[in-house]
Amino acid sequence: MRNPFKSEADAFRLVILALGYFALIVVAAAINRWLGLAVFVLLTLGAIAWIVRARREPPERTGPIRRSAPGERRILVIANETVGGEKLREEIRRRAEDYEERVRVICPTLLSRMRFIASDEDGARAQAQERLEHSLSRLREVGVNCEGEVGEADPLQAIADALRTFGADEIIISTHPEGRSLWLERGVVRGARERFDVPITHVVVDLEAEHEEVRG
Amino acid sequence: MTTHAEASHDAHALHPPEAHRSSRVEPAVLGMLLFIASEVMLFGSFFTAYFFVRVNGDAEWPLEPFELPKFVAGVNTAILVTSSFTIHWALQSIKRGSRAGLQAGLVLTLALGLTFLLTQVREYSRVGFNPADGAFGTIFFGLTGLHGAHVFVGLTLLTFATIRAFRGHFSPAHHAGVEIPGIYWHFVDVMWIVVYSTVYLL
Repeated sequence: MRNPFKSEADAFRLVILALGYFALIVVAAAINRWLGLAVFVLLTLGAIAWIVRARREPPERTGPIRRSAPGERRILVIANETVGGEKLREEIRRRAEDYEERVRVICPTLLSRMRFIASDEDGARAQAQERLEHSLSRLREVGVNCEGEVGEADPLQAIADALRTFGADEIIISTHPEGRSLWLERGVVRGARERFDVPITHVVVDLEAEHEEVRG
Repeated sequence: MTTHAEASHDAHALHPPEAHRSSRVEPAVLGMLLFIASEVMLFGSFFTAYFFVRVNGDAEWPLEPFELPKFVAGVNTAILVTSSFTIHWALQSIKRGSRAGLQAGLVLTLALGLTFLLTQVREYSRVGFNPADGAFGTIFFGLTGLHGAHVFVGLTLLTFATIRAFRGHFSPAHHAGVEIPGIYWHFVDVMWIVVYSTVYLL
């Protein structure tokens, strides 16, 4: 649903709607008080139904702002705790081969609902920044041209934000394995495929298995 | 060589650190949005008082011997609704690059808003009752006065926008100084439609 005061044009539309809404009620009430009440109830229920329906509609599909030149590859990586995973790093390196690559890594903040509402996100951003910097330095070690930033706590919004400034040819979403991943539980990968007009690769990083291998 | 402490000091010397922001809403528009949300709550409390008084009283509204100036307020409503069209026209004009349209739209909006406010002041002096005349008088003057105060604030914002428009400010790409007072003005208009419909007509 669009915010009715998001822009002057939206606010102007609200003036016209309010005018029509009250004109109908006043005219009906002038004929008969109960008719006025009935029109009020009907119009209000109609408005509520419209708002509920508008909220259920999926957002428009978003594409990148530009396509890359031949030989160039722009890869957008969305990863949270798995941003430092070996499998993700290998996947990025493999996909960047044979191209003049540009990789942007987005690391959404890990924020509880309560902290989000209270805007208490400094700690979460600092942790995300730390994970991101570690991952970027590891990618640069293997010769990947990369940059990164901390994104919105909502991964789909973080992708939408990044696509506005970065013309990605593909998106890589990295998650924990099924059963341990909150993003998979929330349907982030499926949601991203529905919402973004860019090829999406899902990489599963099992950090525990990787740590076991290192210990072994 | 610059030490870490000096670098940190330099980074914060000229301006505060950049705020985290989502691209969903421009900060200025978000500010206006939050302001309007608080305004809705303010008007909401006045309307609650109005409906409480009206529903609790068994008598017809308005109470005898008071009479509301429906016709003059109706004309005033038409004036205010027209001003919404003129501010919309002003903004559309600058988006198309027409400075003359912007200036004309803003001057007309200012004139219409001023006419509304002066007419309301004139009506106050002729209405025949005052805020001390029971709950009815208090609610009537409270609600319409609160709205009048908002019109005054809107006119102040529009005056600044008009002066800036005549000084050559604003362009098709940069017109937040008109857009934001425009959103506020439409809000004031919507609130008047609610006030006029509920207090005067229903």
